[in-house]
Amino acid sequence: MGMLFQKSGLLTTVQDLGRTGYQKDGFSVSGVMDRRSAIIANMLVDNPENEAVLEFMLVGPTIKFTSSTIIAITGGNFEPMINGKPAPMYTAIYANRGDVLELKFAKTGIWGYLSFSSKLDVPVVMGSRSTNIKCKIGGNHGQKIEKGEQVWFRIKKRYITSFLSRTIEPEDFSQKKKTIRVVLGPQDDYFQKKGIETFFSEDYLITEESDRMGYRLDGPYVAHKDGADIISDGIPLGAIQIPSHGKPIVMLADRQTTGGYAKIGTVISVDIPAFVQSKEGTAIHFEKVSVETAQRLYMEQEKDYDAIRKRIHRPCKEVIEPRLTAKRIEKLYTKQELQEDETWI
Amino acid sequence: MERPIAYPRILTAGDAAVVVEFGNEISPEINARIKTFHDILKDKKIPGIMDVIPTFRSVLINYEPAVLLYQDIVISIKETLQESGNVSETKKRIFRIPVCYGGIYGPDLKDVAEHAGMSEEEVIICHSKEPYLIYMLGFLPGFAYLGGLDPKLAIPRLQQPRKRIEAGSVGIGGEQTGIYPLVSPAGWRLIGRTPIKPYDPDRKIPILYEAGDYIQFDPITKEEYEIIEKQVAEGTYQCQIIE
Repeated sequence: MGMLFQKSGLLTTVQDLGRTGYQKDGFSVSGVMDRRSAIIANMLVDNPENEAVLEFMLVGPTIKFTSSTIIAITGGNFEPMINGKPAPMYTAIYANRGDVLELKFAKTGIWGYLSFSSKLDVPVVMGSRSTNIKCKIGGNHGQKIEKGEQVWFRIKKRYITSFLSRTIEPEDFSQKKKTIRVVLGPQDDYFQKKGIETFFSEDYLITEESDRMGYRLDGPYVAHKDGADIISDGIPLGAIQIPSHGKPIVMLADRQTTGGYAKIGTVISVDIPAFVQSKEGTAIHFEKVSVETAQRLYMEQEKDYDAIRKRIHRPCKEVIEPRLTAKRIEKLYTKQELQEDETWI
Repeated sequence: MERPIAYPRILTAGDAAVVVEFGNEISPEINARIKTFHDILKDKKIPGIMDVIPTFRSVLINYEPAVLLYQDIVISIKETLQESGNVSETKKRIFRIPVCYGGIYGPDLKDVAEHAGMSEEEVIICHSKEPYLIYMLGFLPGFAYLGGLDPKLAIPRLQQPRKRIEAGSVGIGGEQTGIYPLVSPAGWRLIGRTPIKPYDPDRKIPILYEAGDYIQFDPITKEEYEIIEKQVAEGTYQCQIIE
């Protein structure tokens, strides 16, 4: 059992944290665009971080559950509704058999994530459940999910511990102007000093030519020394390529493994989520940081994840207070008795 | 004047990757050094190294900063460079790839022959005489950038690319030759096709060969093609590897 897609959304795919280890063979990593939102979605329903989630873009899907499970919705604000009533984001919620979850147009952000305690039943291909549409592997037969399709769950899990504590403050992706931090290199020596200065002082706007492969930005020309072409080499996540037209392209989850344009810098890992959640027209100001700073921020994010984990695993106040607990249980019993009475009538 | 660059050098590529650059040209010598370095690094199985991409003249190492910090990986790289400097020769693997040239499998063989001023037979002999070095894999899964095409066979790409060609198609585009690992649009001139699958996602090792290996094309007849194709489908075909 699982769920039926009554509407597909614009680009709904199954993703986990990506297919690593095969880039040397030419396979893109794929995986979620916004790792932080996907990791939090999994935490909220008590899944491992790398568990497969549904990722949707700008317009979300409408899903009818054909079996009960626990879900969490994170990422951009898609104004989720269950059976026509608003449902909270960044919170573990029950989805019962027959419930209809509607995800609309992203009011803020670009990418949304939906996690399931019952876990998606799609095959692991080369160590990952991520969809790679170009290679037609992973996820839902290597393709985006279409209207009328069904995706199954692989386990039955309708109970998680500390259910009531599993809620956190939603992240805010609404800023019209963002500072995104960058480590210089590997080909910063292909650029004029003036070009590097321009890059770090001017604002660059996110254009509509942006997808899972990369985001193109528009802004003042970044000058090379002599040409933008290099002998093709490997492209890391967040690499900022600048072709001869002088405008940055930030390489993302579905980036090709190698490329022949000079890369001025790399967006630091902790800033990728905020960057990918930026709508067309968002002004990006790039700020230079050292590798050491970037890695310190990375470790702080790890600590932040630990703190979230702790918080959502802590029994809530009502459970700690034994008397309150007793009262709650009492209510449950009386309710059950009533129900039993009803069935006798 | 800028000072000449001393190779190999380590370049930063964000907080989760580094580049080890061995030179700034395409040459079999640089590629051999990369293969040695990559092999040693692979054997070390350093925790935290996630994904390594060897290319024409550099190696991109993706790593997990929570396990391995920048200064740690730089130390590991320097050690690996030192060790790889002591290795004089590496094992050479040559993959024999059966190819049926011409006919329905190689619709452009005639044009390539005309352009080169040769007969079709001469083109086949010339194309399959020497092994080709795989400089790197990229662009598509298992797409090998091969070095060593006889310049006589070089021919411009088609002006109008084909919308769809079959997996296994062997073509020439400009001064490059190669095998298309999956169905895709293609601008190269198709001279033949191999019945074997360089890429199969359901195989334990999805991609047959690695950067640094060699490919030797082996001309076969249409009948042999069909026999091998059947064996491949049944999973009984073994690709011949000369070490």
